[in-house]
Amino acid sequence: MNEIWAGLRAAFWLIVTFDADLIEISLRSLRVSLTALLIASAIALPFGTWLAIRRFRHRRLAIATLNALMGLPPVVVGLIVYLLLSRSGPFGVFGLLFTPTAMIIAQVIIITPLIASITHQAMRELWAEYHDLLISLNTSRRQRMLTLIWDGRRTLLTASLAGFGRAIGEVGAIMIVGGNIDHATRVLTTAIALETGKGDFALALGLGFVLIALALAVNFTMHALSKTEREGRW
Amino acid sequence: MTSLMSVKLSDLVVKRRGSTILGPIDLELGSEGFTVVLGPNGAGKTTLLKVLHGVERVTRGSVDWSIPAEAAREAQSYVFQNPIMLRRTVAQNLAYPLKVHGVDKATVEILIREWAERIGLADAMDRPAPRLSGGEKQKLALGRALIRKPKVLFLDEPCANLDGRATRDIEDLLLQASKDGTKIIMTTHDLGQCRRLASDVVFLLNGKVHEVGVAESFMASPRTPEARSFLNGDILV
Repeated sequence: MNEIWAGLRAAFWLIVTFDADLIEISLRSLRVSLTALLIASAIALPFGTWLAIRRFRHRRLAIATLNALMGLPPVVVGLIVYLLLSRSGPFGVFGLLFTPTAMIIAQVIIITPLIASITHQAMRELWAEYHDLLISLNTSRRQRMLTLIWDGRRTLLTASLAGFGRAIGEVGAIMIVGGNIDHATRVLTTAIALETGKGDFALALGLGFVLIALALAVNFTMHALSKTEREGRW
Repeated sequence: MTSLMSVKLSDLVVKRRGSTILGPIDLELGSEGFTVVLGPNGAGKTTLLKVLHGVERVTRGSVDWSIPAEAAREAQSYVFQNPIMLRRTVAQNLAYPLKVHGVDKATVEILIREWAERIGLADAMDRPAPRLSGGEKQKLALGRALIRKPKVLFLDEPCANLDGRATRDIEDLLLQASKDGTKIIMTTHDLGQCRRLASDVVFLLNGKVHEVGVAESFMASPRTPEARSFLNGDILV
């Protein structure tokens, strides 16, 4: 219990004193996870929608694979991305290993299947509702996708937020590909792991509270911007 | 506006999982008037409508419009028994078919105001369409179908779940559309509605056309015993 209070005190002081390291680490966490979220959403939202409306051979297999990829172990993703980006790997020439870009790549790989799968589920229901109308109106495939994405945007926001939650709290992959280098690739989760390892539980807890506060703040902000709970909406 | 679209069905058969839903049917429908497809539940009315609209695959035979198939699809609208509302406002629902067909913004604005007025929803333009009453939803679906001035309008039992007042509103809109030159093909099993609206009737039973004719003479003196039984209110199986 003492450690929790000490953690709260540490978090409070870190925040009120605008601790430079904390701000730097927090901003890097946000930058990495939000960038990964943007890229993953740009891929996963149209892909999940496309999968909901398109009929093709082996569609069931594709959906099952996508659902299975939701459970990708981050450490394995980190290892694969490490091997691909290391000097001897195929993308070694780009020198991306131990940079925030490598961390973004790993997070995109981890959260894209999650967002795509939730999108597919939501869009499948909406497509069942809209199918006859959109076919009857002779809409193009692109128009159907845009209609579903627009009308299902609030559900898609939930899908994206689930992806963000996974990205901001991820530690295994980004530890491997980022290296937890101070002032370069250290983010909140890797800093927590480091402080815990050093036995500084108070600081680790403090960073943990900041991480939770950040995740909540981003969620609330996105809900507020999209007016999800506004009265009179559906 | 004059409708110039007649349609001919030749040896048409629709089968699903081995059983015949519709056909064989040979039928010609003229380019004008108000055709009512009459028959009990399960007769194949909805399937026939979907086949005519080109959204249901046929197993055999052909559907030939007097204009090319793609142009025919573009000139048709369809209103479903359970109106499908986009999760948007009334105005946005009315605007949708215009926007997907590239109508310019200024024209869209004028048309949605005009049609919201005609369907009696001018005061509800900003209301979410899924929250309208059943009658209002069906009127909105009809307005959305008519806003592009289709040459042919298909309606699948549009008044099935509506009360008398809403039914009358819908029928007034349909009669006006018919007067304006839109060919209307509507399914129903409501004999009263058929009497009020139809200029000609297609009587369907067990997937087959049993009788086609002018509405007045069909209602007064049906030629087939099945049609006679149906008009008498007998249960047909």
